[in-house]
Amino acid sequence: MLVYTLFLLITSLSVFNLEDNSAKGLLSLLNLILFIVPLVSIIFSTIYIYNSSEFIELLVSQPLQRKNIWLSLFFGLSGSMVLAFFIGAGIPILIYEPSPTGLMMLAIGCIITIIFVAIAFLTTVNTRDKAKGIGTAILLWLYFALLFDGLVLFILFQFSDYPLEKVVVIISALNPIDLGRILILLRLDVSALMGYTGAVFKDFFGTNVGLIVAFTTLLLWCVIPLGLSVIKFKKKDL
Amino acid sequence: MITVTNVKKNFGKLAALDNVSINCNSAECIALIGPNGSGKTTLIKSMLGMVVPDSGTILFNQKDIAHDWKYRKHIGYMPQIGRYPENMTIGQVFDMMKSIRKDESIQLDEELYVEFGLDKLSDKRMQTLSGGTRQKVSACLAFLFNPDVLILDEPTAGLDPVASEILKEKINREKEKGKLILITSHILSELDDLVTHIIFMQDGKLKFHKPIDALRSETGEIKLSKAIASIMLKTTP
Repeated sequence: MLVYTLFLLITSLSVFNLEDNSAKGLLSLLNLILFIVPLVSIIFSTIYIYNSSEFIELLVSQPLQRKNIWLSLFFGLSGSMVLAFFIGAGIPILIYEPSPTGLMMLAIGCIITIIFVAIAFLTTVNTRDKAKGIGTAILLWLYFALLFDGLVLFILFQFSDYPLEKVVVIISALNPIDLGRILILLRLDVSALMGYTGAVFKDFFGTNVGLIVAFTTLLLWCVIPLGLSVIKFKKKDL
Repeated sequence: MITVTNVKKNFGKLAALDNVSINCNSAECIALIGPNGSGKTTLIKSMLGMVVPDSGTILFNQKDIAHDWKYRKHIGYMPQIGRYPENMTIGQVFDMMKSIRKDESIQLDEELYVEFGLDKLSDKRMQTLSGGTRQKVSACLAFLFNPDVLILDEPTAGLDPVASEILKEKINREKEKGKLILITSHILSELDDLVTHIIFMQDGKLKFHKPIDALRSETGEIKLSKAIASIMLKTTP
């Protein structure tokens, strides 16, 4: 955990130092964060839960509700990961770019951390085998971070003759990383560089309604995997 | 105290528990024996709510344990291989367990803690402990909260002879207090002086559930291991 914090700290500091314009620094940092934070969150959480599985068994034999056991594990784990992110990336952001955009990035980084910890919980409760579970976690990260965008681009390209604006907006809601990226990019002036799609996004997500919808979707991305994992954990044979 | 009725549990195609029904009352010390894979640990885990049966009911003091968790404060469980967070010390593990079961009205039973000498080891981390010492920790935790029911899975496996004797004497003392004690073990000679009843399982089925005196008179053997052996020879075709 400490190594993760240090890594984020060093990376963020060096990014900011390399760019003379701190807004540009924020942009580079954005991509780094959107790549690394989900990866570390999901992998670390998966490994932690598998390592604690025998201890969890012991707790289940005590007079404790299963829901409480599972949720306290979740809050403890996500709490420390968010703290690591806050210190590692938050301090440089607050020093160099304490604008609303910077704060938004901090918030999104925290939310993405929690989302991927929740996804890790859902994966581990469904997979008994440690190797399969970690493999699934890595694949999920690959899907969200890389494959998804590739698929979207492919679809957009194939159906480029059709009006797809609304569809793209909805599709982007299926990937929390993309949602986070869109929300930040719109605040930075680079959204103009995204061309037509940028305009469409700004039209929707730039508005207050769009913002609320985006944050609600991100919240759902936290709550739904977590809820599903609690339901599965209650019935699981240990 | 514990009534198991027609419990079935399948793991995939394997029938771990096949229509098992038993009745355990207080002041009984029951030996749960059978070949490997006969369903003993699955039965215990079903009673503890760690495994959810496919069908059938389990009652604890006449109350159904399904979806209940509070009944577990009357049960002390000693697992076969106890695993604890590696970087916690013995003292911290005990403090954690005490805060989980925060019930001020219970008088803590720390006899085993002292007799095993764990009070002198309370600053040692769990990862540095040998397997036998970890077993001692598991044993202490099972007895710590003075539960009415004790479920011990292979309690003496891994314990040195001195510790084995200490534990057996402790089990005897608890038996005199009228508690229900359920022990699984393959080491039948150790159970000779302790148990009052025998439950024998094979292939997930209950083969018999008898008081030890009945078993002895039926087979004409005094030693438990010989009595069980003669029953097993009679039942295998």
